[in-house]
Amino acid sequence: MSEGTEQEVIKQQNNSKVIKKLVLVVFAMFGFGFALVPLYDVFCDITGLNGKTNSSGVAYAADGIDTSRTIKVQFITRMAKGIPWQFEPVTNEISVHPGEMKFVNFYAKNKSHRDIIGQAVPSVSPGIAAGYFQKIECFCFTQQPLKAGEEVEMGLQFYVDLDLPSEITTLTLSYTLYDISGKVDS
Amino acid sequence: MTTETINESLDDVHNDDHHDHKMTGIKRWLYTTNHKDIGTLYLWFSFIMLLTGGALAMVIRAELFQPGLQIVEPDFFNQLTTVHGLIMVFGAIMPAFTGFANWMIPMMIGAPDMALPRMNNWSFWILPFAFAILLGSFFMESGAPNFGWTFYAPLSTTYSNGSTAFFVFAVHIMGISSIMGAINIVVTIMNLRAPGMTYMKMPLFVWTFFITGYLLIAVMPVLAGVVTMLLTDTYFGTSFFDAAGGGDPVMFQHIFWFFGHPEVYIMILPAFGIVSTIIPAFSRKKLFGYSSMVYATSSIALLSFIVWAHHMFTTGMPLFGELFFMYCTMLIAVPTGVKVFNWVATMWRGSLTFETPMLFSIAFVILFTIGGFSGLMLALTPVDFQYHDTYFVVAHFHYVLVTGSLFSIYAGAYFWLPKWTGHMYNESLAKWHFWCSLISVNLLFFPMHFLGLAGMPRRIPDYALQFADFNKWVSIGGFAFGLSQLIFLAVVIKCIKGGDKAPAKPWDGAEGLEWTVASPAPYHTFSTPPKVD
Repeated sequence: MSEGTEQEVIKQQNNSKVIKKLVLVVFAMFGFGFALVPLYDVFCDITGLNGKTNSSGVAYAADGIDTSRTIKVQFITRMAKGIPWQFEPVTNEISVHPGEMKFVNFYAKNKSHRDIIGQAVPSVSPGIAAGYFQKIECFCFTQQPLKAGEEVEMGLQFYVDLDLPSEITTLTLSYTLYDISGKVDS
Repeated sequence: MTTETINESLDDVHNDDHHDHKMTGIKRWLYTTNHKDIGTLYLWFSFIMLLTGGALAMVIRAELFQPGLQIVEPDFFNQLTTVHGLIMVFGAIMPAFTGFANWMIPMMIGAPDMALPRMNNWSFWILPFAFAILLGSFFMESGAPNFGWTFYAPLSTTYSNGSTAFFVFAVHIMGISSIMGAINIVVTIMNLRAPGMTYMKMPLFVWTFFITGYLLIAVMPVLAGVVTMLLTDTYFGTSFFDAAGGGDPVMFQHIFWFFGHPEVYIMILPAFGIVSTIIPAFSRKKLFGYSSMVYATSSIALLSFIVWAHHMFTTGMPLFGELFFMYCTMLIAVPTGVKVFNWVATMWRGSLTFETPMLFSIAFVILFTIGGFSGLMLALTPVDFQYHDTYFVVAHFHYVLVTGSLFSIYAGAYFWLPKWTGHMYNESLAKWHFWCSLISVNLLFFPMHFLGLAGMPRRIPDYALQFADFNKWVSIGGFAFGLSQLIFLAVVIKCIKGGDKAPAKPWDGAEGLEWTVASPAPYHTFSTPPKVD
């Protein structure tokens, strides 16, 4: 009997060692799930996978203009659920040469009777081209507070990198406009 | 009352060196720490969940019997498909395997019980609460979750019907239960093997559960994490998956499938273990290529971590990503093929007999391979754009999960029922169960391939007229398959109540320590570990 209990004690010590390790793995993997969030952002930043463009302005840094190539840049807008604005590009489509700086305007109007803070979130398609689409100035870098009934023209200044992969001839820049009034207040 | 007392005192006589003797009535089941009791609880629970999830599927098939909306509203239809999926995955298949693990692993490795018996009790008894929450949400104002069992954001956040919190807490509890169960399995296998049983002498059944345990420990926390993010996105103003706040809904799919793909192997690796036990027994030969089976199982488990994005080919991945995930996915066909060939080689020139466990196992090998092939087709990026979110996908995962996992569970249940109950089951009734299931399940799922190829999308309550004929047959197959499972219930009840007395080893070709103890297995087995050479 005493021999048995001795074995039991050893067994329990072994058990608790393994359990501790496994519980550690459980917590590590729970953390890993959350770590995937910043990792994903970094990964996409490097590879431009998810079509996200730069979120603050860059300086113009192209080495001349490549007039042999013409890229079609399309602009589309959409309103997220529940934002009562009118929001559309003034120019739907322009042609640019890589390295050439362009300026386009977007029109927004708050059609409701309350003040709303909007936030436009850009996305470039094809996603791989996002890293080559450089915004020097964009209204999407900041929030857009519009009073009830107020309207505004918002500018976007950009250029396309010279080393844009040659198979890409058309870029689509899509803005989704969200109502973030609630989130800003709190 | 008196007989119970007598039984109890008899137990006391048999197990006088044990402190934990059986309690009576409901308390026995509530307080039990005995691996066999808990295994039984898991198995019954999973069967009840199978019938519950099956009942939901019957409503789905009734609605799809003909085009147009007949029985349910589209929103309720979405709730049905969602809860059907969740119940079958987390309520039927996974607990059934945990039940097998509890019952058989200690007996196969010569251990007296699981390593952590009290935690074992907890890991089972929190499960009913999880499913009470999930099923209870049907009766809430919001209705049950309606965003698909994959709960993609923003369907489950911005556009949720208000059931997200119920869903998240139910999944949390299921996850905690699975993690506890998995830790228990891994610790038991690592520490309680009989002297002389080295890792490479363990039955393959034990190996597959060992690897599955690790998979669960690795990915269930990720699931817990992603549902937590959903919860805070929906109710606490975070923006993990909300583009307005800088999040990304596509990231949800990455995190979910990082869990989700290993999860599908969690549901099939134990099935491999069960089938690898049964086929040698009824072929009266050793399992062909034992060590290659072990390595194949491990490589499938490892590969499962680097293929998740094959569920997301249509999200606009760059070409390199699509190629990477396509080739990695196709690579999994290699170890899986090793297994299928090993099973066939085990049967080759064996003295085969076709008792019900063997019938289900052979059906498993053939039908799971069909499911594997449709999986390969789905792995091909260019064609996946056509198959994505069609009934082809539905056909694929039902072939691997129903004729794969579920059939292996039936095979295992018939195989070990004599050991569990002490009685032989009724073979002819069991054969009825097998043949009815086999015919109806193929009528149910095979035409879905063609529906999918013809372009019928999944998760819709109504469909275009040209799909009407096939859907009618599919529904008839569905009703027949559902009813056939009641035969199984009858076989099990009959077997518990009586039947021919089962010897310690009812199958002459079977091998393993579990057949060295009496049938039914005594409440306590291997109190002194057996010696394995």
